[in-house]
Amino acid sequence: MAVELKDFYEKFRDPKTIKALSKAINQEAQKLDHPINIMEVCGGHTHTIMKYGLLQLLPKNIRFIHGPGCPVCIMPKERIDHAYILAMQEDVILCTLGDMIKVPGSRGSLQDARSKGADVRVVYSPLDVMKIAKENPTKKVIFFAIGFETTTPMTVALIENAMKQKISNILYHINHVTVPEVMRELIDSRDEHIDSYNNQIDAFLGPSHVSVITGSKIYEEFPTKYKRPVVVAGFEPVDVMEGVLMIIYQFLENRCEVEIQYKRSVNRNGNINAQKLIEKYFEKRELFKWRGLGNIPKSAWRLKDEYEHLDAEKLYELPKEEIEDHKLCICGDILRGMAKPTECQVFGTACTPQKPLGSCMVSSEGACAAYYKYGNLLQEVQ
Amino acid sequence: MKKVVTLAMGNGGIENMELIQKTIQRHLQNEHLQKAEDATALPSLTNPAFTTDSFTISPIFFPGGDIGKLAIAGSCNDLAMMGAKPKFLSLSFIIEEGFLLRDLEKIVRSMKKELSINGAAIVTGDTKVVPKGSCDGVYINVSAIGERIINSSQENITIGDKLLVSGDIARHGAAIFAGREGIELANSIESDCKSLWPIVEELIEADIEIKAMRDATRGGVAAVLNEWAMATNTTMEIEEGRFMVDEGVQGICEILGFEPFVLANEGTFMVVVDQNDAKRAQEILQKHNPHAAIVGEVSDSYPGRVTLQSEWGTKRFLDMPTGEILPRIC
Ligand code: SF4
Ligand code: SF4
Repeated sequence: MAVELKDFYEKFRDPKTIKALSKAINQEAQKLDHPINIMEVCGGHTHTIMKYGLLQLLPKNIRFIHGPGCPVCIMPKERIDHAYILAMQEDVILCTLGDMIKVPGSRGSLQDARSKGADVRVVYSPLDVMKIAKENPTKKVIFFAIGFETTTPMTVALIENAMKQKISNILYHINHVTVPEVMRELIDSRDEHIDSYNNQIDAFLGPSHVSVITGSKIYEEFPTKYKRPVVVAGFEPVDVMEGVLMIIYQFLENRCEVEIQYKRSVNRNGNINAQKLIEKYFEKRELFKWRGLGNIPKSAWRLKDEYEHLDAEKLYELPKEEIEDHKLCICGDILRGMAKPTECQVFGTACTPQKPLGSCMVSSEGACAAYYKYGNLLQEVQ
Repeated sequence: MKKVVTLAMGNGGIENMELIQKTIQRHLQNEHLQKAEDATALPSLTNPAFTTDSFTISPIFFPGGDIGKLAIAGSCNDLAMMGAKPKFLSLSFIIEEGFLLRDLEKIVRSMKKELSINGAAIVTGDTKVVPKGSCDGVYINVSAIGERIINSSQENITIGDKLLVSGDIARHGAAIFAGREGIELANSIESDCKSLWPIVEELIEADIEIKAMRDATRGGVAAVLNEWAMATNTTMEIEEGRFMVDEGVQGICEILGFEPFVLANEGTFMVVVDQNDAKRAQEILQKHNPHAAIVGEVSDSYPGRVTLQSEWGTKRFLDMPTGEILPRIC
């Protein structure tokens, strides 16, 4: 029997199942001797929780802490400036994904660059960049690559395919980041400031998309070394609810381990071919600055030196100095799970999706945008 | 060689006249156009309503319609939503040099068909040809005058009124995205593009107390409901489970990370009726699309906002769509 697209979502939004899970969670959570703070690392989960109103189905002693997991949210201004500067070069077409074009850097957003005449294009998949490069042989097509483990393989697939087909006018600005390093940073930080919420995170809900590529093995250090259970869960409401229930069971049964809720496509080892391809082209950066979180060691990829000739970061003169965020914006605290969007002074007033001050309000997966869009008020009412 | 539109055809001379007569007027001819004077004298109307819209769409031909059908249906629908019967239209073409004459004729033919559904006529027009590269194929501007039969307006909306949708949602937006991005699907999605006057006329004839109507075009159902909520400072409370979304459309939404509520419709509209008329209105709408439904009601719980109730009992806001619709990152 052919698998249809709807098989991937229909069952996982079934009202009966969601209600049953809610009932089970409420029953089991009563047996807990302390509240559980679950960090959903990924913005995709934040989005699901808000969009489907899942908080309204959970008891008071189960709380979510919104994590740093959105590639748009964590992009520091200086790197958006890079994209802006590259886009403004003559004979350059800058390609990137989705919401990225709306995030303001210090000079403006890529959308602003476009309105000033820059050729900025939103692609649906990195492979679309090839088509653009072929159609514009006299131009340099620069791919501003963003995303976590999920999108990294598509970027290397683009590099590999472009090489095979001898397309030589594509350059790359690589901003791919990795999840375990930032999770580690959140608990095991050398930074005193960050240390203060170390105790708040009791468990992690791990993003499934990431683990399809990397496998669940990347989270194994968290139960063993840090005593934090991790459940790798999908993005549908049933997935998230089931993931929460699995976390509760771990606490009730005194277990602490990595479990996979999203068995339909995640296993321990992930996609080995994709991992190999990534290592063929990329190596870890010593440091990468995350917006609001600071420099995190080995938390991002860059092109290996042997592919320098493809690296827009090396070929163009791009400013290196760091840029501060808007002083009212508390995105940093939100990304670290220390504050909720509604605690930001300018939330919904000076900062809205139409006029965002920080990237948490720009990205459709950002926590501020999710709160704004789906129910700052409804949340408080429940 | 294929016949194409040339710059000379926009010069106001012989070639221009030929283009207009052979390709355009031939199909759209009527007593008013025939006179071909600088302006058309029209009979007087009681309660006239006037609207204008420009149409630019890529692809120009899409499953379920083309830019011509869209231009006529779209403008006439704007009148229909005000309770006005479409009567007289102006038509203005901006054509890119090199556009296939055969395609232009195809567009004009679908306009003709749509005009007859509305019982309306083109009474004046204009054609310009612009150099290659300065427009995307063809742009169409239509202005339309109709005669108001009922007073449908958001001003009439009051607490307790019922909200209805005339059919399944998001088909036009999804069809255009699929067409533009070359997304291949097992069963192709057709736009819902169609003229609404015949349906509206039936509602009027059945004496349904229509408060307001709005076709859920750009910004989709979410935009219509938010506009109403803001304009009347009431709450539009809807239930997600009452809306029907075609499987293929849902598929596109899943792939690209869109919500069907913000995607465009071109033949699906929202109606507010008095609560006592909701059932009858639904029956009439269902004759045209079985997925028409009563989807919610007007209340005062969160003034100026739209709430969406899920099938598992949670509630959230349905926000006004903003900016470009962009696909999610992963
Ligand atoms: S990009 Fe992927 S990993 Fe990141 S927030 Fe979105 S869904 Fe999660
Ligand atoms: S509401 Fe705006 S300013 Fe405040 S933290 Fe969120 S993005 Fe930053």
